[in-house]
Amino acid sequence: MTAASFIFPHAHLLGIEGLSRPDIEGLLALAEEQITLNRQIEKKKSSLRGRTMINLFFENSTRTQASFELAGKRLGADVMNMSVANSSVKKGETLIDTAMTLNAMRPDLIVVRHHAAGAVHLLARKVDCAVINAGDGAHEHPTQALLDALTIRRNKGSIEGLTVAICGDITHSRVARSNIICLQALGARVRVCGPVTLLPKGIERYGVEVFTDMRKALHGADIVMMLRLQRERMNGAFVPSMQEYFHFFGLDREKLALAKPDALVMHPGPMNRGVEIASDVADGAQSLIREQVEMGVAVRMAVLEALARRLPNS
Amino acid sequence: MTDTVLNHARIIDPVSGKDHLGAVLIRDGLIAEIASKPYPKGEFDSGVVDLKGAIVAPGLVDLRAFIGEPGEEHRETFRSASEAAAAGGVTTIVMQPNTSPAIDEPAVVDFVLRRARDTGLVRIHPAAALTKGLAGKEMTEFGLLKAAGAVAVTDGDRPVRNAQVMRRALAYAAMVGMPVIHHVEDPDLVGEGCATEGEFATRLGLPGVPHAAETIMLERDIRLVKLAGGRYHAGLVSCRESLEVLRRAKEDGLPVTAGVSINHLTLNESDIGGYRTFLKLAPPLRREEERLALVEAVASGLIDVIVSDHNPQDVEQKRLPFAEAAPGAIGLETMLAAGLRLVEAGQITLPRLIAAMSTGPADILGLTAGRLLKGQPADLFVLDPDEPWVVDAATLRSRSKNTPFDEARMSGKVKLTMVAGKIVHSHH
Repeated sequence: MTAASFIFPHAHLLGIEGLSRPDIEGLLALAEEQITLNRQIEKKKSSLRGRTMINLFFENSTRTQASFELAGKRLGADVMNMSVANSSVKKGETLIDTAMTLNAMRPDLIVVRHHAAGAVHLLARKVDCAVINAGDGAHEHPTQALLDALTIRRNKGSIEGLTVAICGDITHSRVARSNIICLQALGARVRVCGPVTLLPKGIERYGVEVFTDMRKALHGADIVMMLRLQRERMNGAFVPSMQEYFHFFGLDREKLALAKPDALVMHPGPMNRGVEIASDVADGAQSLIREQVEMGVAVRMAVLEALARRLPNS
Repeated sequence: MTDTVLNHARIIDPVSGKDHLGAVLIRDGLIAEIASKPYPKGEFDSGVVDLKGAIVAPGLVDLRAFIGEPGEEHRETFRSASEAAAAGGVTTIVMQPNTSPAIDEPAVVDFVLRRARDTGLVRIHPAAALTKGLAGKEMTEFGLLKAAGAVAVTDGDRPVRNAQVMRRALAYAAMVGMPVIHHVEDPDLVGEGCATEGEFATRLGLPGVPHAAETIMLERDIRLVKLAGGRYHAGLVSCRESLEVLRRAKEDGLPVTAGVSINHLTLNESDIGGYRTFLKLAPPLRREEERLALVEAVASGLIDVIVSDHNPQDVEQKRLPFAEAAPGAIGLETMLAAGLRLVEAGQITLPRLIAAMSTGPADILGLTAGRLLKGQPADLFVLDPDEPWVVDAATLRSRSKNTPFDEARMSGKVKLTMVAGKIVHSHH
């Protein structure tokens, strides 16, 4: 199947769960094409010309919002950013009212981030346009998983058979959930590792190996994917202190040495340097962190284009 | 008043467990006779209703229903709640004190009883607050509340976190002769949780509640009952660990009983599906194994009571992301029909089901309701156990439409409901 003929069989992108392997591979193939475009001086396409895309962010996120905005603009869409700080949500308007109001403005695509799991599904049921989940609570963040898969694939050739260790706050992480499903669909063996207070119950039912000893989790890994730990969770509520967390679960040179020699390091950002990852590792030769950001734009272009292909033309 | 004869009735007596064809004679609002055989033609001149084998059973007693009156009449009023109750065969409602103001003073009990008498169709008994303002700190006036007409003390859907408060409340309530009903969920272990902890909640990205949140609170309470005495009822139990605790308490001869909601008997966590907020409950829905164990515990009598846990929530409280939506589901009108699913599945007998919804709760409160007895008020319902119907939220009588059974197929329709011999609901 070529990227040009790829038909994405879903009206929305609400999560990785429910996507088939061909769905994921189709999106990745489409993203590959965008990378070439993004590296040219002329970065504009017209596949979304005339389309209106709204970025609706109920949770602040500079990088994801910027990435979607750039993706939309490069495809020729008119992009509007709505962040909650400036919206009527602060005045008591409900999520559904906001959705209905925006829907009446006839957008073609809405990108949503919300702090509650399931909020994007709720919104998708109320609008006529295509909805993209840019992160809902601890549920899913599908474009992050796709960009991570793309980054890994470009560096390792294939994801099939790789061992990926996802480390940190698994309980509160939508990135972890989407990545587990996505990487397993593409044939990777996934391990998760974190302090026991940040491992959600039932996580082993995903078919992952579960570790609380990071050294064991990293042993022989091809990819080490670190997750952000929010500062308010380090003050004794989930882990005793930042110092203790870094000592046992922070990625430093010494722990990274236990992984395969050619292991690569990833982080969805924004990083807490010195908390979950040491600066020299984040900036080191094995780090893919900056490439992830580049792939983010490409993947989001691919998703927008795939969904736009399904939109009615009249 | 003329006589009414419910002839050719299949009479279910939950006390004896008997199920026989006969007739019920109602005179002056009382049950004048329960005939063990149908009356022959011509025995009465008028007032004979041929039920053609439909079921007659004592009106149901719902030990746990929330009503929005006073203070939140947009959710539910005595009138709308009693219409829903009557349509569901419920003739006695024990309303929870979580109103605005809370039912924590004799004057509010008095108001509720007068309002319910003037506007309601069924019997409405207030359960008074256990603590002032439902705040879990200071005891209310148990003695005066009882004298005003409250039938139990409870903080409704709020747990009492402080064990010392609970200990003294149990002791004082025992002295006054008031049953204590408690919502057994440890608020710290529940935290932000809104689904049963485990794979399902993890996949949905929802914060989980462990079973232990319930079991620890139940276990604490039972130790306090040993210490302080008191007639104690756990409002809702929902998992196997709690059943074990309950079994031991009963074996020890403690005056402990427990209820379960119809939702936990007929639904499981997977019904939440794609974040259906109408299925957000407290305690949350459990896995199927727990549900089956609960059904078995009702059948065996370990669980004494089935409640509707009727909790009307307006649309604005439910049209929200799952974690932010209010918990609760309406149930007065559908409790019996949903329960009949268990009978149909062969998991429980009809007399036992009805006992858990009538005699069981009445006994806890010391009410004479919940049984068919000569000389007692004719509170009863007539049920066609085979009539199929489909639940339509829009036509349910509650002011709020948050039913977890919307569009569900049911078998068994209440045809007639009487309170003190007066018809409060009829369906043709």
